[in-house]
Amino acid sequence: MSTSLVLIAGCALVTAAIKAFGPIALGGRELPERFAIVIALLAPALLAALVVTQVFADGQRLAIGTDTAGVAAGALFAWRTGSIIACVLTAAAVAALLRAL
Amino acid sequence: MQTSTETPRARLAEGVRKGAPFALAGGLLALSFGVVAREAGLSAVAAIVMSAVVFGGSAQFAAIAIIGQGGGVGAAVGAAALMNSRFLPMGVALAPSLPGGAAKRAAQGQTVVDASWVLAAREDGTFDRWILFGSSAVQYVTWIGGTAIGALGGDVLGDPSALGLDALYPAFFVGLLLSEVRSRRGREAAALGALVALVLVPFAPPGVPVLLAGAGALIGLMRRARSEAASG
Repeated sequence: MSTSLVLIAGCALVTAAIKAFGPIALGGRELPERFAIVIALLAPALLAALVVTQVFADGQRLAIGTDTAGVAAGALFAWRTGSIIACVLTAAAVAALLRAL
Repeated sequence: MQTSTETPRARLAEGVRKGAPFALAGGLLALSFGVVAREAGLSAVAAIVMSAVVFGGSAQFAAIAIIGQGGGVGAAVGAAALMNSRFLPMGVALAPSLPGGAAKRAAQGQTVVDASWVLAAREDGTFDRWILFGSSAVQYVTWIGGTAIGALGGDVLGDPSALGLDALYPAFFVGLLLSEVRSRRGREAAALGALVALVLVPFAPPGVPVLLAGAGALIGLMRRARSEAASG
């Protein structure tokens, strides 16, 4: 239990510190226009990176698997329907199906 | 923007409404976290507490994976920190939109999770903090609830991998990403971010490629400089 406790406390503390850094360091200032342009583009850059590292990487190795096919199917569904629920359920269903074959 | 003229209560409700589909998807994800955490040796209570105080899917999965493989607590916490390092640029982006002193701003910054941050972003680079709070609140509830169901009922559910639950998480981010790539500049930033991350995967520890992919957003400056040069 003590290992769990240190793990949980450690993860909670580093996460809180990371989330607090920006608001403390940069709060209450006017936003230069160039800053705003970059900020608006942070979301697509970070999200795309999250997707490709989860879909095409297994640890530090590049790999394609059944989850890749599932996520591709989910992406197609999300593109057509705009539904996040349809997207994640399709991804899971396709990945599960391919594994059952 | 019309939302900013509405009362905080109305915008909070709007955040809850917009966050609800992501909360549902996140709940399924939390369910698989609950199962995986038990398999890695955490008690059900520890798994639920972890979801309550960390509230970050990728960090929790990364930390648990290392513990499950017999790794040390220090390595697990380090991996969690790296996975969550993307909240550094997100917090920097959010900062000018938060009122109050440093402590109050830091507290408000704790509510940032990926989907809420995206939903609260306005086109001019500022954020609607009430939408952020509402969206995170509803996701927080299902995150803990899903973890509890997975941790306590995992034996009934079976193997999360056989159910394809590991495909949920990237699909969740695909759903978020789609709304960001409708503009040409958004697509360019996404492509550059993806490229940077993939190139770094074999060399950098997990989490770092995503943090550095944030540099893909700098393409906004290049295009701006180019259009200025063209018009000047």
